[in-house]
Amino acid sequence: MAALGFELTVAMRFLREGRMQTALIIGGAAVGVAVIYFITAVLVGVQLDLIKRVTGAQPHVVLKPPEDTVAPLVAPTSDGTRLASVQARPQRLTTIDGWPALLRETEATQGVTAVAPVASGGALAVKGDASRAIVIIGTDIDRYRRVVKFDDKIVQGALRLEAGDAMIGTDLAHDLGAVLGDRFRVQSAEGASEVFQIRALLDLGSRDLNRRYVYTALRPAQSLLKISGRITNIDVAVDDIMRADEVAARLRAQSGQQIESWIQTNKQVFAAIGNQDIMTILIRVFVTIVVVLGIASVLVVSVVQKRKEIGIMRAIGATRSQMLRVFLMQGALVGFSGALVGTAFGMVLISVFSRILRSASGAPLFSLAFDFNLMLLALSAATLLGVLAAVLPARNAANLDPAEAIRG
Amino acid sequence: MTDIATVPLVRLQGIRKTYNAGLPSEQEVLHGIDLAVQSGEFTALIGPSGSGKSTLLNILGLLERPTGGIYQLTGRDVTQLNDDARTEARHLTLGFIFQFHHLLPAFSALENVMLPAMMGGKTNDPAMRERAAWLLDAVGLKDATAKKPSALSGGMQQRVAIARALMLAPKLVLADEPTGNLDTRSSDAIFKLMRQFNSEHGVGFLVVTHDPRLAARCDRIIDLVDGQVDSDRANTPAS
Repeated sequence: MAALGFELTVAMRFLREGRMQTALIIGGAAVGVAVIYFITAVLVGVQLDLIKRVTGAQPHVVLKPPEDTVAPLVAPTSDGTRLASVQARPQRLTTIDGWPALLRETEATQGVTAVAPVASGGALAVKGDASRAIVIIGTDIDRYRRVVKFDDKIVQGALRLEAGDAMIGTDLAHDLGAVLGDRFRVQSAEGASEVFQIRALLDLGSRDLNRRYVYTALRPAQSLLKISGRITNIDVAVDDIMRADEVAARLRAQSGQQIESWIQTNKQVFAAIGNQDIMTILIRVFVTIVVVLGIASVLVVSVVQKRKEIGIMRAIGATRSQMLRVFLMQGALVGFSGALVGTAFGMVLISVFSRILRSASGAPLFSLAFDFNLMLLALSAATLLGVLAAVLPARNAANLDPAEAIRG
Repeated sequence: MTDIATVPLVRLQGIRKTYNAGLPSEQEVLHGIDLAVQSGEFTALIGPSGSGKSTLLNILGLLERPTGGIYQLTGRDVTQLNDDARTEARHLTLGFIFQFHHLLPAFSALENVMLPAMMGGKTNDPAMRERAAWLLDAVGLKDATAKKPSALSGGMQQRVAIARALMLAPKLVLADEPTGNLDTRSSDAIFKLMRQFNSEHGVGFLVVTHDPRLAARCDRIIDLVDGQVDSDRANTPAS
């Protein structure tokens, strides 16, 4: 630091001397940084809200047994001849063999945070005169609650799935005319039948799901579907929902099962999110360019204003590179302080607007989460960009002819 | 080893300076100047406006390059040195005093005096701080060390400039009309100060001046007319 003492001292004095100018340009940089923070927070909030709504009660990744495929009797030949029509096979309810081992293996896969065994299939819910087609989801609730978050979905009752317990969507309860604690009968296509007591009413985020989903314990579901001891799929949660595809690819490579991620099943939503990302990147880039140009133009003016002083310093022994560094440092200081002020300003913006912008459910769209790493990134990026903005003015200062500068 | 006594501090041989070379406005300002200045000399450079005094001073101060001729500073040819080497030679050998004081307004008097030391990487060297304080004391500004230039009178500012020029104990101080902007009393005091540093510390001075009264108080008077040395004579100041 001692070697840069002169440059740093002069840079700070120059900035302090041009008070108004310095305040304006730091303010400009701060607004830019704040806007980037704010846009990022809004976008992340909107995306998470959208994903939450779309995925709702869906797991991030599902492992299923491979589908029954048809092996054509005549294989396609090299000259392109192939059978014009191959009838697809009707899909039976297939199950996963040796699932406890597969469950453990899946759980140990990188990126996977939770797994749950599921026995799932179509059935009919009957109460009195009412009957509705439903999807029965039999699982181990202690595991499943870590795959799908139920805490904010329970409208009434408690999370509990012993044998004979069921949790159903609010719309299904309405259709059956049932309330919490009521019993209803489930009949499967396989001809089995069980009675369940409603332990919780759920809002799964969409009317369709609320009308069809019935959660039970694993064993009654298995006996209803006549697949005793076996399961139909493994539901998986991943740590980074936006990278569910990567985890899916890893699982596909190691398990030999059929793997579906929420990204595959909701391609359009994911594409929309991608487009949003591109828009945000564009906004960030343009805000950055504006800030850099702002810093550069103020420093160019400052070099002109300080012509004589630069000339004197050169005359009494400052080198070109010292003058260069004086102005590069001003850029760095302006960028750094701008980012510091901008971080505070951005936090204020986020906390104010998190009260105004709300999702459909009325919950705040985003929250004020202080991300220390993001701040470090913003500070170092802004400092670097400040230096970049100062390159041209600093070169002007360094190349100033001292004799001419002193003369006038 | 060259005998130090035989090598003049400054030696100019056939120094020419042309502005706007190759343009219709081309103009030769200096037409071959030969000059030698010894250590510790107190010299006046006089001459009418447009005679090339300031250009010669800038060339001596390594702020401008001559178009032709050889300039040796402490025995070393400095005409062909690159910018950094010239800056270093200027920093270590020469001091400057300008007509309009030219202090940095954002720095206090003491800091202005310390600037040359700070440039050399001695930002907080206590010995340098001490020397700067001593110099300010010597120019009679003991109580103004913390003041910004804007709080000082013209004469006081020029005293600060003298202290700054002497900060790194230069061999030669180049002064361009150092009193041109001051009233007679201040100008007298400033001149006395320069003579005092000359006699007590052996610092050489080369003073560009319009004022014949000041020139008469120097040891040597060089008269520059139309870019040539018209006369160069020793002078005995009347004390």
